[in-house]
Amino acid sequence: MIRYIIARYKNKIEIPQLFIIMFLVIMVFVALHLDIPMNWIISDALIRLVMNGVLVLSLVPMLRAGIGINFGLSVGVIAGLIGMCISVNFTIRGLWGLFAGMLFAIPVAVVLGFVYAMILNRVRGKEEITATFVGFSFIPLMNFFWATVPFSNPAMLWPIGGKGMRPVIGLKSYFAKTLNDLWMVNIGGVNIKGISIGGINMGGVSTGGLNVPLGLLLFFFILCLLMALFFKTSFGRATIAVGENEQYASLAGVNIVRVRTVAIILSTIIAAIGICVYAQSYGFLELYDAPLMMAFPAASAILVGGSMGRKTDIVHVILGTFLFQTTYLISGPIANELMVSEVAEIFRLMVTNGIILYALLYEGGIGRNLHGKGSY
Amino acid sequence: MNIVPLVFLILSATAFWFSEMSLTFVLNEVITRFIRDGVMVLALIIPITAGMGINFSITVGALCAQVAMILAVDFQIPGFKGLLFIASIGGTLSIIMGTLIGLALNRVKNREMITTMIIGFFTTSIYQLIFMVGYGTLITPNNKEIMLSRGIGIRNMIDLELYRNLIDRIWFFTLGEIDIPLFMIFFVCGFGLMVKYSTITRVGKEFRVISESHEKATQLGIDVNIVRIKAIVASTVIACIGHYIYVQNIGMLNVYSAHTNTDIFSCAALLAGGATIARAKVSHSFLGIFLFHSLFVVSPQAGQNLFGNPALGEYFRSFVAYGTIAFALIMNYRNKRLE
Repeated sequence: MIRYIIARYKNKIEIPQLFIIMFLVIMVFVALHLDIPMNWIISDALIRLVMNGVLVLSLVPMLRAGIGINFGLSVGVIAGLIGMCISVNFTIRGLWGLFAGMLFAIPVAVVLGFVYAMILNRVRGKEEITATFVGFSFIPLMNFFWATVPFSNPAMLWPIGGKGMRPVIGLKSYFAKTLNDLWMVNIGGVNIKGISIGGINMGGVSTGGLNVPLGLLLFFFILCLLMALFFKTSFGRATIAVGENEQYASLAGVNIVRVRTVAIILSTIIAAIGICVYAQSYGFLELYDAPLMMAFPAASAILVGGSMGRKTDIVHVILGTFLFQTTYLISGPIANELMVSEVAEIFRLMVTNGIILYALLYEGGIGRNLHGKGSY
Repeated sequence: MNIVPLVFLILSATAFWFSEMSLTFVLNEVITRFIRDGVMVLALIIPITAGMGINFSITVGALCAQVAMILAVDFQIPGFKGLLFIASIGGTLSIIMGTLIGLALNRVKNREMITTMIIGFFTTSIYQLIFMVGYGTLITPNNKEIMLSRGIGIRNMIDLELYRNLIDRIWFFTLGEIDIPLFMIFFVCGFGLMVKYSTITRVGKEFRVISESHEKATQLGIDVNIVRIKAIVASTVIACIGHYIYVQNIGMLNVYSAHTNTDIFSCAALLAGGATIARAKVSHSFLGIFLFHSLFVVSPQAGQNLFGNPALGEYFRSFVAYGTIAFALIMNYRNKRLE
């Protein structure tokens, strides 16, 4: 794995990667200097990798099909939120609640993704800006829905009046952290009441040592594997062909509209699953305007991983999310200890948008689109 | 024929009917918003004429104005002298920033809009870094009043007592119950004429040629990249002036959020007036401000009266703002299909 990454990246380290790796190294040193415990950072970094990784993974099908970054990620996110709301409304608790949420989200994502695909298929070559505004305008439209939807579980509704959803719904008694804690393994810590085999503790309460969320990681890697396998199928190959050269693919008899539609629906479904994983990890369901800007950190993460348009790999997703989220993770406590607490948030915004801007400038404009040269 | 203005007219009229507000109140509000936002909307016209689409980085021009105003308050320069100071600092800054944005946009031909949007976000974060962290640590303020109590960073709100309504009150009179700031109306209309004039002069012709085809422009001996930079610089400078007018009319500077969404609302107003991504006129912008802002004024009250929930009216108006832009993008690029 490591050799594979090195071989891939030997001549490919670009400024964003260099910047973020340097930044990360400096921050790790500062964190060590400030006595922020390293085991805590590593186990939180693993959780955050998956927490955001699925959302980042959802960008892959559209990137590979040559549609570009899915700045309308909120469409898929909203499908996921609807699914989870249904699950909470039926008060399905525990891990099954989470999976039920995903299951309910998928049909919603298929429908929304289909409409979204119809829109994006009309505006070929201008998908990114259109997707941004389709995503933006979908949020206030859904606010109507959240404010009027007749769900009945009082935990989700405004306490006064009992109508309309709360902006933030606590998932503690439903499925918060269920996937996080699934098969959580502790290495090298002191264990009470659990099973301990050769320094590896399972179950019970562990103090110290390193917590590894095996179930969560397994879930993520299975999704990544499924995605990789999808691109090995004949339909997946057709998708890549469309991304590389639409005209050629069309001559080879590929139905471009169909391929693009499936890629967009797939992106939407994975985004819906991604927000389910995110929400269970975060412990809260955030409705209304919360998903508005979610696309940008995800886009930034995949770009840090080394994705350049169509040439996007699963490795980019994993590496990019890990680097990006770990810098986020460490910058928080460091900013709190050193100076003003807002710095972390400002830095996040700056890094997020700086990386996207760099990627846009690096890729350039002309030649990216096969048609409509230089004019509207 | 563009149906968007008609839809806006019907929506505004319906919302006005249900809001049960008085016509004079709405008219007063719309006139205020016309002089507040008029110049900002005009900033979008030149890049559209030059075929660069909507310039979402007018927020950068707005930030230039805010920087100049914060400095003016910091140095306590009063009255018209302060206005001159703000104009010179803001103007210089926006020319520099405009050139940088222009250079960036020349790299991303055909993807300008998404790039300007990200540039807006990115510049906002740098601005926040400077004024929330830089002030008090690296930059020493002259005026302790504007600082947060912890000594680092500027307050969220700065009182612009020195500049409040400095130019709004010239030739101000009331007609019945309607306030008419005549000078400002002249000012905004004059600005409109200037923009209109600049699109018919030689430079304006160059804008239109490059919007048709870059190859053709090159054959005619026009340096496409330079003309595009000119368009963005002009847009940024106008945005800077527009934001100054906006903030001095309100009289308070919301340091970290006054500039957010100026791009979205200005753009939605322009499109509401019948402009498209490829074609915009000054008349579109003036019509659009009236239509868009009358809807904006009445929709929360209409939401309250219709559904008993003012939030629904708010959602409706954000949906209108974003949706108008999305609709314009979809309609405009609809026919550019791949053969």
